[in-house]
Amino acid sequence: MHANPVADPAARFTGSNATGHSCAQSVPAADAAPALTLRDVTVAYHDRVVLRDVSLQLAVGRVTALLGPSGCGKSSLLQCCNRLSDLIDGCRVQGNIRVFGEDILAAACDLRRLRKRVGMIFQKANPFPLSIRRNIELPLIEHGVRDAQQRDHIMEKVLRDVGLWQEVRDRLQAPAQSLSGGQQQRLCIARALALAPDILLMDEPCSALDPIAGGRIEELIGELRGRYSIVLVTHNLFQARRVADDVALLWPMPDGSRLLEFAPRETIFSAPQHELTGLYLRGAMG
Amino acid sequence: MIRSLRQRPWSDSLLALACTGAALLLAGIFFFLLWDLVRPGIGGLSWQFVSTLPAAAGRDGGIAPVIVSTLLILGVCLALSVPVALGTAIFLAQQQRGLPWAAWTRRSLDLLAAVPSVVFGLFGAVVFCELLGLGYSIAAGGLTLACMVLPFMIRAAEDGLRAVPREYHLAANALGLSQYRLLGAVILPAAAPALLAALVLAIARALAETAALLFTSGYVLRMPSSLFDSGRTLSVHIYDLAMNVNGGERNAYRSALVLLVLLLLINTATHTLSRCLSGKARI
Repeated sequence: MHANPVADPAARFTGSNATGHSCAQSVPAADAAPALTLRDVTVAYHDRVVLRDVSLQLAVGRVTALLGPSGCGKSSLLQCCNRLSDLIDGCRVQGNIRVFGEDILAAACDLRRLRKRVGMIFQKANPFPLSIRRNIELPLIEHGVRDAQQRDHIMEKVLRDVGLWQEVRDRLQAPAQSLSGGQQQRLCIARALALAPDILLMDEPCSALDPIAGGRIEELIGELRGRYSIVLVTHNLFQARRVADDVALLWPMPDGSRLLEFAPRETIFSAPQHELTGLYLRGAMG
Repeated sequence: MIRSLRQRPWSDSLLALACTGAALLLAGIFFFLLWDLVRPGIGGLSWQFVSTLPAAAGRDGGIAPVIVSTLLILGVCLALSVPVALGTAIFLAQQQRGLPWAAWTRRSLDLLAAVPSVVFGLFGAVVFCELLGLGYSIAAGGLTLACMVLPFMIRAAEDGLRAVPREYHLAANALGLSQYRLLGAVILPAAAPALLAALVLAIARALAETAALLFTSGYVLRMPSSLFDSGRTLSVHIYDLAMNVNGGERNAYRSALVLLVLLLLINTATHTLSRCLSGKARI
């Protein structure tokens, strides 16, 4: 099903001519198929450029934390990766974004299929105002899982994956809104997992939760590592240090934010290449 | 030193008093109206009154044909207005970027809402009765009422649809749901209470209408045999008994009471339905 990125020379692009900061070091195995490749991505709302020439290559099965000061375009970058940016008035995306080698900015890109492969979790849990069961069933029905038994099977599996099964197994018909904030967020993650995505985009998934519920989500991200390629937008440096394999730092510049540095966690926290990175990660700036 | 928490500045007390007073005044007006209707109307109000034919131009007998005509006209009105209103409201609520002609639709709806009902009556008499050849008929009356209630219904329904949080749109799109499924499975159920409220508003206006119907459905007191018969609604009946029939006051009051009960029934039914829809998660 996936286009073979190795066979596609463009997909092997490693971003070495990106923003002057070599990305090659961040790719754990250079020959592994990248899950997500961004090349010279520029995002503008009307005439205002928020992101300029961002190039990144995310390896399969790793958790990449996307850091940066507020308003530097982290969420915008995330929304380009599943073309949710299409819904935003006046949003223009230039450059090249590939999901397993497939050009997703192409006009011919099948958005339904793209959004099945690239799931998204929002800052505020947004379960539909329906029952817990229906929340997971609805996307499955939409994507053609006709067999009710199979849907039940998938539902149980994903609810177990997010550690919600024991808590809700006896009240699947209850309104999703009756769950606590943390449970709602886990339900949303389960709902995304039900579609068996390859990539999960998480936009500050813990920031609206109390520390315990947020910690539970963080644990969950750790458990999902390896099975899904995860991009995690966060403001929490400790969180990035705890769960991320790789860290990308976006920095606002007068003509739009740029990728300041992208490296494995250990490298970027212990030996940042850029002075600003060090200051930001020590909490002294940003 | 520290003032008691219960102590409020006098301006707050004045505001509270003014608001409570306004609410009490309104409730008072309603109960006065109710009492004014119930006192002369309740005597002689029986099942027989609503189930028999009128006699002596409505002075005596019941109002069975009037109730049938009222319900038929309401039925025609809703059969046209509900689908058109829902479609238009969905269209308007989906417009994030404000297409020029969405703005024009909105503006014309606001203007239509301000047009007096008698003008709708004249419009209906020309278009439905004459041009479409429906004559004085229940169909013409219902269609005229539909035109009249559409602006209210659409704006109320649009507000209800817009009140559905934007997060659901994002969540649905992020899951690759089609617009059709988003609308059918998420937005319409979530907006159902507001949509039903819009419906009740429209029904109340339609039931209360007199002027527009005098020109279009007429005021024949017979039991209608089809939608193309003329028929008189409760409001028209009350108007006729009160203004044109000597000694018709008693039955006018009774009819008004029946109209009030009918409104109350419709109101309660939709409220119950709305509670059922919103209280119970759909399976």
